[in-house]
Amino acid sequence: MKVLMFGWEFPPHISGGLGTASYGLTKGLYAAGGVDILFVVPKAYGDEDQSKVKVLGASEVNVRKHFYHFDELRAQMSYLEVHSDIVPYTDPDEFWQLKKKEVSSRRWYVQTDEEGRLPFSGKYGSDLLDEIARYALVASAIAAEYDFDVIHAHDWLAYPAGMAAKEVSGKPLVIHVHATDFDRSRGNVNPQVYEIEKRGMDAADKIIAVSNLTRNTIIEKYHIPPEKVVTVYNAVEPLQLNKENFSQRSIPDKIVTFLGRITMQKGPEYFVEAAVRVLQKMNGVRFVMAGSGDMMYKMISLVASEKIADHFHFTGFLKGDDVYNMLLQSDVYVMPSVSEPFGISPLEALQSDVPVIISHQSGVAEILTHALKVNYWDIDAMADAIYGVLNYPALTTMFRKYGKEEVNQLKWENSARKVKEIYESLTQV
Amino acid sequence: MRKLCLYFQVHQPFRLRRYRFFDIGNDHYYYDDYLNESVMKKVAERSYLPTNKIMIDLLNKYKDFKVAFSISGMALEQFELYAPEVLDSFRALAAHPNVELLDETYNHSLASLANKDEFIRQVKEHRAAMKKYFGVTPRVFRNTELIYSDEIGATVAEMGYEGLLTEGAKHVLGWKSPNYLYCNAINPRLKVLLKNFTLSDDIAFRFSDQNWAEWPLTAEKFAGWLREIPAREEVVGLFMDYETFGEHQWKETGIFEFLEALPEKVLGTTDFVFSTPIEAIEELQPVSDISVPHPISWADEERDLTAWLGNELQDEAFGKLYALHEEIRKIKDPGILKDWCYLQASDHFYYMCTKFFSDGAVHSYFNPYDTPYDAFINFMNVMSDFEIRVHTAVPAREKSPELARLTKLLKEKENEVKKYQDELIKYKGGDKLTTEKTASKKKKASVSSRKKTTVKKKTTAKKSSPGSRKKTSSSGK
Repeated sequence: MKVLMFGWEFPPHISGGLGTASYGLTKGLYAAGGVDILFVVPKAYGDEDQSKVKVLGASEVNVRKHFYHFDELRAQMSYLEVHSDIVPYTDPDEFWQLKKKEVSSRRWYVQTDEEGRLPFSGKYGSDLLDEIARYALVASAIAAEYDFDVIHAHDWLAYPAGMAAKEVSGKPLVIHVHATDFDRSRGNVNPQVYEIEKRGMDAADKIIAVSNLTRNTIIEKYHIPPEKVVTVYNAVEPLQLNKENFSQRSIPDKIVTFLGRITMQKGPEYFVEAAVRVLQKMNGVRFVMAGSGDMMYKMISLVASEKIADHFHFTGFLKGDDVYNMLLQSDVYVMPSVSEPFGISPLEALQSDVPVIISHQSGVAEILTHALKVNYWDIDAMADAIYGVLNYPALTTMFRKYGKEEVNQLKWENSARKVKEIYESLTQV
Repeated sequence: MRKLCLYFQVHQPFRLRRYRFFDIGNDHYYYDDYLNESVMKKVAERSYLPTNKIMIDLLNKYKDFKVAFSISGMALEQFELYAPEVLDSFRALAAHPNVELLDETYNHSLASLANKDEFIRQVKEHRAAMKKYFGVTPRVFRNTELIYSDEIGATVAEMGYEGLLTEGAKHVLGWKSPNYLYCNAINPRLKVLLKNFTLSDDIAFRFSDQNWAEWPLTAEKFAGWLREIPAREEVVGLFMDYETFGEHQWKETGIFEFLEALPEKVLGTTDFVFSTPIEAIEELQPVSDISVPHPISWADEERDLTAWLGNELQDEAFGKLYALHEEIRKIKDPGILKDWCYLQASDHFYYMCTKFFSDGAVHSYFNPYDTPYDAFINFMNVMSDFEIRVHTAVPAREKSPELARLTKLLKEKENEVKKYQDELIKYKGGDKLTTEKTASKKKKASVSSRKKTTVKKKTTAKKSSPGSRKKTSSSGK
């Protein structure tokens, strides 16, 4: 079976969990066997893991001869040219750079280089909506050129591409919802993004949600018939860490870690507030906020105004091994997400033997039993959980013993098998 | 005539309130009054009051109907606080000659597994409560959750009890039948009456289970099962939670009708008569002793202690709690003693059980916590505050035995150091001068560090405990 898959990022060039999930799933599908994938990402860097998938840079496609689709797409998308204030996933530095310039209304035009190729930045920026439209345009070109049985589009950025491909080919479309705008915006939904998401979901033959939490959002907020939406949980790559390669802990204090984008969706301020409460009661504990994002400065000033800066540290964005370096030094990992469709990072923490505290408002809470769960807004409960793990060592022992075991049961092969069943159900009809 | 013993357990714990760590040292009230009151009122209305009414009616209607109860001290206290009418109705029952009351631990605690003195104290407290509330002195004992071992039985016998109730656990009985009277393996004067778990659980757990092949269970059918019991077998113990009637099994399941019809069917269609435990013990001869070297209970499939003890959380909490016992003995403060009592309730440990993440049905009953981890954190927060109070309440001069214990510990450590010293000499091939020097150094280091960790406050003067030296001494192994 051939699958035409549209993503937005792919390792090693990732800014969020989407790339990791795409990679895990495609790998799992190959492991399950019988599936051949053509994975399309905007702008290929050239150093992706080519052994498993064929990465086709959208800008490598000559689009000149396919412009006939352009008119139709513009008709649907043209109102999206204006302000794109809300950018979902973002490399924070780039986002700020783009934000500074504050582009007002822009004319839609396809800028091609001299060979007729579309240049793609491959990152999320303020001209995101333009890029999505361009990506969709290219998608229709690809769809006309290649042979495949199913289309699979990851997250809203790729829905228009999936839709365009479906229109050209008439093949069934699966959309994979890793997040909705309700998660990203804490309810202040951008109507344009909602529109794209809604149209994608309507056009899809089947929708994959990463958790029941997300599935419910899709059914309730996007009014999709429940039988069309299937939950397939994410998984995690098995981890072989050689602890000796990482720096040893340098201070005797306990370390409590927040690791992720410092954005509204992740609830960083609740972490700071919980830290304030814990620090009132105990010494010898330090809090670390690892990551970056548009709320970082706000968090720094919050920490300063709460007068806990001597025990609260910011590391900035962590990449690759640094993530595990941080985890290995941590005594507890906290994910206070306001709305987390899935959340792979707590699983990575458990793999590194770090107990986790997660919010009930996360998809991963549905599958983890050996974790402490609190409501993101319940700062007292969160502080209490942190205090508990730091002071009652029996908890850490239990989590290490059972949590890791539980995480190791979550395999991408299993998730991929479910996805494959969905493909088969669509192609048999 | 063969004997059918009905025994019901009545207990409600004082559930803890959500006790956050910032309450530690600031707030010494641990209980969720609202929850406790609402649970008590609900159970009183759905179970205790209607069942007590049926019991009284049955006792008046059938002169041969007999029944036994044990009521934990905490349940009695909560009746007084929240549902005095329940206490009155139990008093009316207790006044009936065909009703027997049994003793248990006042706190519904696991003290029998932790500390003999504390266990005896709690049993005595319960005995006093039975006298105070009902004017009776029980002669038969049942331990919390029917926990029993040979040793516990011997202790109970020491206290003068003639009989004891426990689980007819399969792994203890083997080929033997629970339907006989047995006696304790250490002190044969203590008779042991066993629960017939099949017939008991048919009522207590399976009654409303529509997937059960025997559903619906009627009094006729149950009497039929009694008739099928081999004629030589003498006594059947039906032991269960009293909340079975109306709470575990709702009235809609027909449990009350079953109970109302049971005496007539038993007395009319079988060769069984109702009997109280004490009658059974007096009239029957034990067939043999029963050997229970490891504690059993009536909980879960395993009939062991794993519902309360065994995982890291439970063991940690249990250990912390009973480590306070020595100090508690010196405390007179009634507030602390009351909390000591309430904190020992087995329920707190039950909530920390991780066995049933998959089917938490029984364990989630009245469980105020989402997960065992929540239960643990909350209990430990309370424990932390309680510990502080206990430590400060013990008068300074009373702490000298503690000092003696620590001195002893120091001695032991010194001996250990000596041992390592000898080993060092062995490895280094007798370079005596240097080894002695390092050994004495180490001795100092480990002594002072030991003091620092154990007698924190008292050794402020001897604060020098370089961590690096400590390291060398341990690497010397």
